[in-house]
Amino acid sequence: MGDTEATVKSKKTVFVTVGTTSFDALIRAVDTQEVKAELLRRGYTQLLVQMGRGSYIPTKSEGGDETLAVDYFTFSSSIADHLRAASLVISHAGSGSIFETLRHGKPLIVVVNEDLMDNHQSELAEELADRKHLYYARTRTLHRVIADMNLDSLIPYHPGDATPVAKLINQFLGFADD
Amino acid sequence: MACTVAIALIIVTTTLIVARLLYVLHRTGKPLKPRSSKGSAPQQPLSTLIVLGSGGHTAEMINLLSVLQKDRFAPRFYIAAATDNMSLQKARLLEETSSSQFMQIYRSREVGQSYITSVWTTLIALAHGFWLVLRIRPQVILCNGPGTCVPLCVIAFLFKIVGIRWSSVFYVESIARVQRLSLSGLLLYKFHIADQFFVQWPQLQRKYPRAHYVGCLM
Repeated sequence: MGDTEATVKSKKTVFVTVGTTSFDALIRAVDTQEVKAELLRRGYTQLLVQMGRGSYIPTKSEGGDETLAVDYFTFSSSIADHLRAASLVISHAGSGSIFETLRHGKPLIVVVNEDLMDNHQSELAEELADRKHLYYARTRTLHRVIADMNLDSLIPYHPGDATPVAKLINQFLGFADD
Repeated sequence: MACTVAIALIIVTTTLIVARLLYVLHRTGKPLKPRSSKGSAPQQPLSTLIVLGSGGHTAEMINLLSVLQKDRFAPRFYIAAATDNMSLQKARLLEETSSSQFMQIYRSREVGQSYITSVWTTLIALAHGFWLVLRIRPQVILCNGPGTCVPLCVIAFLFKIVGIRWSSVFYVESIARVQRLSLSGLLLYKFHIADQFFVQWPQLQRKYPRAHYVGCLM
């Protein structure tokens, strides 16, 4: 009994998510030996990949001594559960995935999809990285970011809200303040 | 003689149209008169068109809707792209009243589509949007970035010029835009179509001084 508890406790999951997009370059990157070795070295034991519309399938593994357990799925209606269970999240740069992860207070590495034509996505990830809310990587630098990251230096993100916008809209339309 | 009359007519009509256009441009962006308040008759609600985008856009819009007084913005009409079923589902979860309506519109531009083929798809979206805006005739339009909102706002602007309906357009640039406006945002800003233009990062407000910086919605 005590044994199982110890195993459960020592389980540290890395959750990779690409939302509804197709981002094979990221899945391929996390499936490389150098990234998996770096994750193991940093104490992670499980790698769970949400691959979206992508076609590259990562190599499944049961895990064990000196190897990472790897599993994957395409879509799930319970991304929130996976985020909650994760110790580290590696995500595409979509604002939905970024803010959902930050809301769960999980350490996050955002990887920008360099194949997108209109690549405005890096703006948000870079800004939030400058503000130390997350780490920012490219598929080629992912292993280095994992090696160098210091999760204690990340600053928790405090979600904003829309009341300033609502106030201005109400004022503009001539509604009385309440 | 007939020729002179025709020329005179053309000149008069053109002058009237230009005058009206200038008036509309002048009025756009100026606050409306205070609505009846304090004890007197209850404030008249404003019919509101809400343009939903995909994924992150919808999440931001729902955050805004959750703080707006429902009794002031009614009835509410939701429009989402025809290729997007998730957004309307999310909006339905937010709405208890049956007076709200949900519609879909052809997209003017899919993510990744080239700007050249966008011209044709935009024309189709424009025709469809014309029909929808004519039916709704909204007094308030709320949008935050999907390409879908541009034709709808342009049509609403034409309706203002013609005098079919005066609408106030509010545009919130997506939180994903930190350094540069989206194409939709840029168009609505440059052509003075948005009455109020909100940005979520101070860098953008510095570049676009008519915008209001409102902090992050997420």
